[in-house]
Amino acid sequence: MPGVFPKWTNQLPLNIAAGLAIAGAAVAAGLGYYFTPKYTRVGYQPIQPVPYSHATHVEQLGMDCRYCHAGVERSWFAGLPDASRCMNCHHQVLAGDPRLAPVRDSMQTGAPVAWIQIHRTPDYVYFHHAAHIRRGVSCLHCHGRVDQFEEVRHDQPLSMSFCLECHRRPEAYLRPLDQVYNLGWNTDPARQNEQGRLLALTGDMRPPLSCSGCHR
Amino acid sequence: MRHMILILGLAAVLVLSLAGLRGCASRRPPIEIFPDMDRQPKLRPQARNPLFPDGRSSRQPVEGTIARQAAWDGSPENTGRHPGTTNDVEVLPVPVTPSLLARGQERFGIHCQPCHGPLGDGRGIASRYGMIPAANFHDPRLVRMPDGEWFRVITEGRNQMAAYASQVPAPDRWAIVAYLRALERSRLGTVEDIPEPLRSEWRK
Repeated sequence: MPGVFPKWTNQLPLNIAAGLAIAGAAVAAGLGYYFTPKYTRVGYQPIQPVPYSHATHVEQLGMDCRYCHAGVERSWFAGLPDASRCMNCHHQVLAGDPRLAPVRDSMQTGAPVAWIQIHRTPDYVYFHHAAHIRRGVSCLHCHGRVDQFEEVRHDQPLSMSFCLECHRRPEAYLRPLDQVYNLGWNTDPARQNEQGRLLALTGDMRPPLSCSGCHR
Repeated sequence: MRHMILILGLAAVLVLSLAGLRGCASRRPPIEIFPDMDRQPKLRPQARNPLFPDGRSSRQPVEGTIARQAAWDGSPENTGRHPGTTNDVEVLPVPVTPSLLARGQERFGIHCQPCHGPLGDGRGIASRYGMIPAANFHDPRLVRMPDGEWFRVITEGRNQMAAYASQVPAPDRWAIVAYLRALERSRLGTVEDIPEPLRSEWRK
């Protein structure tokens, strides 16, 4: 009696298993690559109502971050400047420039400039700017070389593992307090750990690793 | 097997061409894959909120009220004037310490330097971009101004300069005044200020 199943079916279960394994691995690789803030958030660069350039204001003019983001030292929120702060200079500099029309309108009507928020942590995350800035974490660590950006983009993933990386080893990131706003500051990588450890010790820094450190 | 590899390869190409690589610039807002309570109906600073007619979550102070901790009384620390008069105080009403001067120097660098320049001569970077040169702090008329008036100029603005009260809190304004005085002194010195034994060194 000839076989009910042809001979090639002997290979079938093995082939199905191998195919499923390969497909599963491919899907897992895809999820691992795409389903993370490294993909979903990094690179977000919305078109803002005013084409404000950090490169012009910080790199070229040498302005300090805190002229505009005044809340960064004393509040959990760094804050965007209101139109009157832009107008401190721009009532004379580029006074009639069409790019600044939303700022002038805001100054006159009191309605805010509709900036689009780029770095938006989940609402159950309580990141405190001042707490980090005042302990020697630079703007750079979360915002990249924002001083050189023509257009702001989301530079770092700001995922939980990103935060924990520094909370576990602050010595790899901490800076002397007078270099926090100097984004171009560069230390010898070999010295960073040693210097950072000293800063963490002298500042009595124990970044929380408990849930309630950041979530409540 | 060959078909399998072909299909997988095509799928990979399809996904890559549609989704791109990590870190590519994108105008679209981030996708929240597991949006569990990521966005909650609560107010975040400076966010849009339709609850209020003006759409702002950060509220403006109610007229006729002041914030807690805000300067409110007529003491010289808050007004720069002798209480109950319009006379400016001659010297700053806060103790001048090295830390106050350091704070003033830092605040000067943040808020004053763009227009007045690091030397306080009014030739800050903004004057190269169409700004009318700001006041020169070494002008004898300004050097003779009482400290309280300096404080009030920062608070209320003057001529082309806008008020900086909302930007620089009162204690920082006094720190800046203290630093300005040091800056002025740096140009007012004479040879006589140098101790005798060091003068020959200065001449070199």
